[in-house]
Amino acid sequence: MASTSAADHANLADQFVANGERAHWHDGALWFVRQKRDRMARSLPEWEELRQRASQIKAHTMSHLPAYLEQFEANANRLGVSVHWAENAQQHNEIVYSILKRHGVQRVVKSKSMLTEECHLNPYLEQQGLQVVDTDLGEWIVQLRNEPPSHIVLPAIHIKKEEVGETFHQHIGTPKGNAEPTFLTHSARHALRQRFLGAEAGITGVNFAIAETGGFVVCTNEGNADLGASLPPVHIACMGLEKLIPRLEDLSVFTRLLARSATGQPITTYTSHFHGPRPGAELHIVIVDNGRSELRANATYRESLQCIRCGACMNTCPVYRRSGGHSYSNTVPGPIGSVLAPAMDAKAHHSLPYACTLCGSCTDVCPVKIPLHHQLLAWRGELAERKLIPFTKRLGMKVGRVVLGNTRLYVWSGWLARKGLRLLPRWLTHNRLNVWARSRDLPQPPKRSFREEYRARKREQGRSQDENLSENH
Amino acid sequence: MKSRENILNKLRRQIVDQVALPEVLDGPWIQYDDPKSQFRTMVEFVGGSVTEVASPTEMLDHLGNFDEWRAAKRIFSSIPEVPGNVDLAAVEDAHDLENLDFVAYRAQFAVAENGAVYLSDSDLRHRVIFFITQFLVLLVDQRDLVHNMHQAYRQAVIPQPGFGLFLSGPSKTADIEQSLVIGAHGCRELQVFLLNNPS
Ligand code: SF4
Repeated sequence: MASTSAADHANLADQFVANGERAHWHDGALWFVRQKRDRMARSLPEWEELRQRASQIKAHTMSHLPAYLEQFEANANRLGVSVHWAENAQQHNEIVYSILKRHGVQRVVKSKSMLTEECHLNPYLEQQGLQVVDTDLGEWIVQLRNEPPSHIVLPAIHIKKEEVGETFHQHIGTPKGNAEPTFLTHSARHALRQRFLGAEAGITGVNFAIAETGGFVVCTNEGNADLGASLPPVHIACMGLEKLIPRLEDLSVFTRLLARSATGQPITTYTSHFHGPRPGAELHIVIVDNGRSELRANATYRESLQCIRCGACMNTCPVYRRSGGHSYSNTVPGPIGSVLAPAMDAKAHHSLPYACTLCGSCTDVCPVKIPLHHQLLAWRGELAERKLIPFTKRLGMKVGRVVLGNTRLYVWSGWLARKGLRLLPRWLTHNRLNVWARSRDLPQPPKRSFREEYRARKREQGRSQDENLSENH
Repeated sequence: MKSRENILNKLRRQIVDQVALPEVLDGPWIQYDDPKSQFRTMVEFVGGSVTEVASPTEMLDHLGNFDEWRAAKRIFSSIPEVPGNVDLAAVEDAHDLENLDFVAYRAQFAVAENGAVYLSDSDLRHRVIFFITQFLVLLVDQRDLVHNMHQAYRQAVIPQPGFGLFLSGPSKTADIEQSLVIGAHGCRELQVFLLNNPS
């Protein structure tokens, strides 16, 4: 993708937190989902065992990826599926369009697929004059509002029900001021039914592609993927090449982890296994690379390809919850997005690995055990090395390296800070050069350093021990 | 074709540590003392209902208490004791199932840990019935309850070509402010009948 410099995460987050009430509400909504996840995880004594095996299955698949891809393709062909390969987003979009064009398709229904978001398929098809409807309720809401999704599982988590009410009022004529979720959902159901019935093709994503059978699985709660794939005569399923798993039985591990991690459900409402086209219909699968193979070659970040897109790392992330998905300027936000985005375009997304406190909560919840916070830290080092982070940040780190590497310099600068910070005026510590202090206050410096404190205590202890000794004798 | 070769060749050239594929069907997987009550708890948790019946005829009696059933105009049933009026084999175009009110279907098995029922289209011309119908009622023999998904995948027969589905509860969404709403795009209600005295 072209290197446009995405806006700095901190600046966009600033805009989000400017509305304090909304930021708190957003934080709370995601924390609620995180708690549901915790309850589900705790209901299974074998949770950690499942994570371990899931991680291993994915790592194994990655290590044998070309063979599994070929096996998948051969089996899918055997089932009557046409398999297509795309090296990048452009090729993906062209392939999808050429299939639709061949069938003279004008109206397409789509279910949630982060890959098609990543490839910007909707605008591409719309430019060719097609009508594309995102049928997942959250996706439809953001589509009508002309916004990107702000979360990979909960695309409209940033939008309030009153705003949904207003959007529906404008687009499908629900009564003005009605913001009742049940009413709005059922109105959308009604409106979208007509779109399903009128569509000439359905596009879905893929959650898991099974090498040994050539089938694939799509997981939803609404049933939209199934309606879109079971009514029109053409079904196109788009998948990143990391979606592969070796065996059908591997799903026993992933179906137990995915929904529990994502929304705290025991399993998604619909776990649909597609094996070949319906009688009289066509099924196409588009396998997309778009930068994934580069990640596979890189031992530091390879495990990020294990991601099953559950969103748990976002729900738990203290930065994501408080800064909102749009502050990442990337299709996949949050911790995993901050690992993936710089791999696609390091220059544009250089600020993302810093949208992280390194608390490690993402790593703890990830169902496939991606060491997310380690990878974010690794990115920081790499971005600094490639001089892709701002000068002020680099300068600070350089000074840090020299000072922390030299005992006497460290002791002296500690002394200087303790004396100096008391005396320095605020404008000197809180200025444009010190980004860190923009929304933070410096602590009151202690009177004594740790070393001085330690020495003093030792001296005192020594004295009291002497006293004890003399008493006993 | 060129893209395929480019991608595969690139991947083949990469050096990646080999990792062994773990066993998944066997493991310390959960077993319930009372799988039936676990199943009921989970189906109710995900917004469906469970009724125990001694026979498919008793299932029909229960349905008779249900206004929507009595008012239903188009019903598809795969259960001989529950009469339907839609002949799926005679329906050419899946779109003609638009006004399907009820589907009554005998499922192969169900899973205690998550309340999922396994369905497949092996005997159906149009799998869309599971999604397009307003109301879905499923009949499962309680002897066909398994504890967990590992047992489920040992058992599931997915027609190839064909379609297999684990269905857990009615269609739902929480996309508007995390408020749970039942009846998104698929069925608005799901009733599971557990057959406890099969003849
Ligand atoms: S990185 Fe892990 S926790 Fe985050 S979305 Fe992917 S699988 Fe889920």
